[in-house]
Amino acid sequence: MHKEQSPSHSRTYWLDILSRFWAWLFLFAMILIFWIGNPAFMSLFNLQSILANMAILTIIAIGQTYVIISGGIDLSAGWIMGMVAVIAASTMNRFPEGTPIWIPLIGGFIVGLIAALIAGLVNGTLVARMNVPPFIATLGMAGIARGVGFLLSGGMPVPIYVKGLGFLGNGYLFYYHPNAGWSFLAQPPGLVQADLRNLTGILPFVVIVMIVVLVIAHLLLSRTRFGLHIYALGGNKEAASRAGIPVVRRTVSIYLLSATFAAIAGVVYNTRFTNGAANAGDALLLDTVAAVVIGGASLFGGAGTVIGTLIGALIISVLANGLVIMRVNPFWQFIAVGVVIIVAVLIDQAREKLTQ
Amino acid sequence: MATQDTNKRNPVLRATNLVKRFGGLTAVNDVSFEIYPGEVIGLVGDNGAGKSTLIKMVSGVYRPDEGHIYLGEQEITVASPMEARSLGIETIYQDLALCENLDATVNIFLGREPTKRFLGLFKQVDRGLMLNEAQTVLNRLDIKIPNLRRPIRQMSGGQRQAVAIARAVYWNARLVIMDEPTAALGVPEQRKVHELVRTLRSENVPVIVISHNMQDVFAVADRIIVMRRGQKVADVPASTVTGDELVALMVGAGEA
Repeated sequence: MHKEQSPSHSRTYWLDILSRFWAWLFLFAMILIFWIGNPAFMSLFNLQSILANMAILTIIAIGQTYVIISGGIDLSAGWIMGMVAVIAASTMNRFPEGTPIWIPLIGGFIVGLIAALIAGLVNGTLVARMNVPPFIATLGMAGIARGVGFLLSGGMPVPIYVKGLGFLGNGYLFYYHPNAGWSFLAQPPGLVQADLRNLTGILPFVVIVMIVVLVIAHLLLSRTRFGLHIYALGGNKEAASRAGIPVVRRTVSIYLLSATFAAIAGVVYNTRFTNGAANAGDALLLDTVAAVVIGGASLFGGAGTVIGTLIGALIISVLANGLVIMRVNPFWQFIAVGVVIIVAVLIDQAREKLTQ
Repeated sequence: MATQDTNKRNPVLRATNLVKRFGGLTAVNDVSFEIYPGEVIGLVGDNGAGKSTLIKMVSGVYRPDEGHIYLGEQEITVASPMEARSLGIETIYQDLALCENLDATVNIFLGREPTKRFLGLFKQVDRGLMLNEAQTVLNRLDIKIPNLRRPIRQMSGGQRQAVAIARAVYWNARLVIMDEPTAALGVPEQRKVHELVRTLRSENVPVIVISHNMQDVFAVADRIIVMRRGQKVADVPASTVTGDELVALMVGAGEA
């Protein structure tokens, strides 16, 4: 695509490139600034914690990407995640003590997923079949999921009593210790408390989960007919329908998918915090939409990518982490994210004008 | 015309005694017509004359209350626009039904994308094949689109029209219906569309052009059908009428 540009267009060409990749530039500039501000920012431990801390946000934001590209929005994903966190937590606690950890984990996920899929099905049906605007349908579902989550948990986080769950959420795939050497899936045995300071974890489990979800979601969106149809829906629903795309079925699938990602995020939350809280995803709405929009998606539908959303999530997470490391009042983070969203949309509009 | 006479024996599409009523209103009243290979019909009439309703019965949007439609030798019932397309009746509406955020290639294949295995894991859209095929059909129609990867949004009205036509041709249209193809276009773009219609004719694909624009009709049509108040009031070779005569037929000035 690039090489076909003629030299006479070089000015607009570079402006176009700039507007396309500004998010990458912004991300790298930010990393550079925080690095210079405090070298500890670039430590392996800190970089891995940025990634681990953004896993939940990223997974939900991926679902949001699908919905926004199709021309909709899912305001309920964060509250569906909280509802799943509560349901999965309660389910996990029902397994007798001593059950291998993956049984309560998968059991909790399945029950939580079923609840999420019901919510997603209602969202999709309202939007696709009953022509309720996505904003309203999912706003209603946000309230319902919120209520169900609080009712089931009695308004308090549900502590999970499954042994070893916290390790899944906070542990690493590999460990390295200068004396004890490498170990896989567990800390090297025989280390006393004083040795733990030198212990290095590599590849947090939740980061692996996030990467797997990212890769699958990216391939599904960018390579399959299903993915292509999502762009078509967001571009011109009438044309998609006339071209024989099953618009209703696709739309319902998109909301089911968003709910599925919310369910995965809910169980990741369970493992990270060893509890299930109904308001677990309370603060995520702004951040997920921000990540998607910063990533180049249009709120009118028809544009966006999973990679873009990843960049958006990285920007938000690096910002949050870097501000803390630079000892800036963390409340500035909200303001910074807000500004970045608005700038992202302005740049997008400027690019539209440029390419006309 | 010579080309017409040689093909006269086998109409591509034949409609007999079509009637469509909406409540008390008879939108199309006992209309018959036929169209032959490589023939361009101009369908004209005032607003509400019934041209759109007539066409929508052929393209599967409406079901006729009475009458029959034959494609080749066979009688068909067109229950939906999708069914019409699968029979080879492609309708290009005024709004073109293109996804403007997607490129020309994808639009040509939309809803019928070819796939290939991705590492043996899942079926992925075969973009390379789509690009090649799109290029081939565009070349065949002598359409030049500099960059097929650009979204439709960035194309001119004439190029969009060309993409819509290429889509119809690629899927082996046996009959192309164009609804007001030049309504939103400037003069040079209108000329391009006229050329495209002639290209279709030379490919032996018959075309029905619905138009308000007399220039359109005279530029491309071999035969002109005039509708008035739901009835066919004329069906004449284009070379035998003038614009004034057509207008007179459309508004019914010859009577009264």
